Amino acid sequence: MPAMRDFLQRRGKFRPEKADEERTDLQIPEDLWIKCPKCGELIYSREIERSNQVCPKCTYHFRLRARERIAQLSDPGSFVELHGDIRPQDPLDFADGAGSYGEKLEQTQSKSGEPEALVVGAATIDGLPATLAVSDFEFLGASMGSVYGEKLVRAVEWATDHRTPLVTVSSSGGARMHEGLFSLMQMAKTVAALARLGRAGVPHFALLADPCYGGVTASYATVADVVLAEPGALIGFAGPRVIEQITRQKLPEGFQTAEFLLAHGMIDMIVPRAELTATLATLVRHYARLPRHVPLDAAPQIRLTLSEAAAVGDD
Amino acid sequence: MIETAAAASHAGLVTAWERVKLARHAERPHTLDYVNALMTDWVELHGDRSFGDDLALIGGLASFAGQTVMVLGHQKGNDTKENISRNFGMARPEGYRKAERLMRHAAKFGFPLVSFIDTPGAEPGIGSEERGQATAIAESLLTMADLGVPTVAVVIGEGGSGGALAIGVADRILMLENAIYAVASPEACAAILWKDAGRAAEAAETMRITAVDLAGFGIVDEIIAEPVPAHEQPKEAIRATGEAIARHLGELVRAYPRSDRGAIERLRAARHDRFRRIGAWREVMPGANGPDVAPLPPR
Repeated sequence: MPAMRDFLQRRGKFRPEKADEERTDLQIPEDLWIKCPKCGELIYSREIERSNQVCPKCTYHFRLRARERIAQLSDPGSFVELHGDIRPQDPLDFADGAGSYGEKLEQTQSKSGEPEALVVGAATIDGLPATLAVSDFEFLGASMGSVYGEKLVRAVEWATDHRTPLVTVSSSGGARMHEGLFSLMQMAKTVAALARLGRAGVPHFALLADPCYGGVTASYATVADVVLAEPGALIGFAGPRVIEQITRQKLPEGFQTAEFLLAHGMIDMIVPRAELTATLATLVRHYARLPRHVPLDAAPQIRLTLSEAAAVGDD
Repeated sequence: MIETAAAASHAGLVTAWERVKLARHAERPHTLDYVNALMTDWVELHGDRSFGDDLALIGGLASFAGQTVMVLGHQKGNDTKENISRNFGMARPEGYRKAERLMRHAAKFGFPLVSFIDTPGAEPGIGSEERGQATAIAESLLTMADLGVPTVAVVIGEGGSGGALAIGVADRILMLENAIYAVASPEACAAILWKDAGRAAEAAETMRITAVDLAGFGIVDEIIAEPVPAHEQPKEAIRATGEAIARHLGELVRAYPRSDRGAIERLRAARHDRFRRIGAWREVMPGANGPDVAPLPPR
C-alpha cells in the first residue's frame, strides 16, 4: 500500500511519538507501517518485530529472511556462518531476452544482500549445538541450484562429522531453471548426503516455511526425521496454478496448506513461530538422550553429555 | 565428451526442439518394448502396499545378460486408450512408493537394478498432492542413493524433472541420442522464466537438455547412438541400448561383487561421490564470509 505509506511519511504528525534518541525513522521510514496480507491490518513495524514477524491480529506468519530466521532460532551471538564464500557460476551460458544469468545474479545479490539463496552454519539452540541450513526466499525464490546444493551438503557433512543435529529451514520455489540439469541433480546430491547422516545416527529436523515447492519439497526437506511446518505455510510438489490449469478442477479449500498436509499425514507437526525454538530444543534433547529440561546456565554440561551420547551412538 | 561419431555429427544438425519432438514421438519404443526384446522370464510386480498400483511406473523381475535384475520404468501407452490408463507416463505417489519398495526388494536379494526413464514428469494433481507426491519422490531418491546393489539408469525418451530422477540416482546414467533430460519440460521452463509456454522451442535450446549437452557436463556417462531415430528403427535402438546396459552392468557387477560386503560399501561411496561432484560453483577468497558480492568472472 505505497500511497498510504507516502502519506504517512509526508505527514510527520501521524507518526507515533518517540524519544529523540530513538528516532530512527529517517533510516527506516519505509517500514513504519506494514499491512498484513491476510487480514489487512496495518501493524506498526516495532510491534511486528516484537512478535517474531507474526501478525498480532490474525497470527499470519510473515516470511522471514534467512538471517532473521537464524537470529530467532539460535542463541544470541552463537551462529558461525560456514562456506559463505561459495559463489554461483553460469554452466549453461544461460541467456534470454532479459539478459544473462550472470547479470540476473548480480542484480539479485545487490538487491538481497546475499551471495546465494542458502545460509549455513553452526549455532546453539537453547544452549544445544546444532547445524543450521536456512534458505532465503528473497534470492531468486530460494531456488536450488549448484551453490544451494553444495552448501547444504557441506552443512550435512559438518553435522555428520561433528555429530550435531541438522536443522533445515526451507522456503523455496524449487529447482533453479537457470542451471538446468545441474539444479535437478542437487536433489540427488543432497539426499545422498542425508543418507550418510542417517546412517551416522544424527537426526535431521526440517521446518517447511511459506512457500515450499518442487525440487526442495521433493528432496532433502521431506526426508527429515521430523518434519515441522509453520502455520498456514503453502507446501507442495506442483504449484496450485499449474494444477488448476492442467486438471481444470477447482482446488479444495485450504489446499496445500500446512494444515492440509498435517491432515493427510505428510508432516509431524505445525509449530507457531513463538514456540519454534522451544520445540526444536526439546527435540534435540530427546535425540541426545536428554529429555529433561536443563537450564541455560548448564550449557557446558549439556555439550559434554551430548558428546558422550554421540560416543555411545558410534558403537 | 561425445561418445559416438553419430552423436557428434548430429549435434549441430538436429535442434534441441527437434529432439524434444523425437523424444516424445508416439511410436518411440517404451519401457516394455525394451523389456520384451532384451529380457526373458519377465514377472511384473504390482502395488505400493498402501494405496494402489500405478500403471505409469512399472517394475518387476527379469533375466538379462545371464542374471536376474530388477527393472523399473515409466510406461507410456502405444495409443490414446493405453495412454489414458498409463496416465501418459506421469507417475503418481503410489508409483514412486512401488518403485521404492522394489528398490529395497532388489537390495534385499542382491538383484542389480535397471531403470528406464521416460516421463513428462510426475503427475501434478489434487490426489497426487493429497497422497504426498513430493515425499514419495524424495523417499525414492533417498533409497536409490544408498542402495546396496549396482544400478544403471537409461533415459530412453523424456527425462522430465524430479519424476524422472526418482528412478535415476544410479551408478551409471545412459541416454539415447534423441532423448532429453531436463529440470522441467521446455513448456514449463518457458512459463516459469518468461510467463509464456509458447516459447518452449527457445527454452529447449537454452536449457541444454540433449544427450550431447549432458554428456559434456559429465552428468551422463554414455550416449547410445541413434543413427536413425528410434521410432524408425526400434530394433536397432533397443539392441544398442541392451548392449550398453549389459556392458555397464557387467563392469559394476565385476567391480562390486555381491559376496564382498566391503565392495557394497565401496559401491555406495562411489555413487555418493559421483553425485557429490555435480554442480558448478566457485569459491572466492577463503574465509570471505557474508554478502560479498564479487562480480562473476568474464566469460
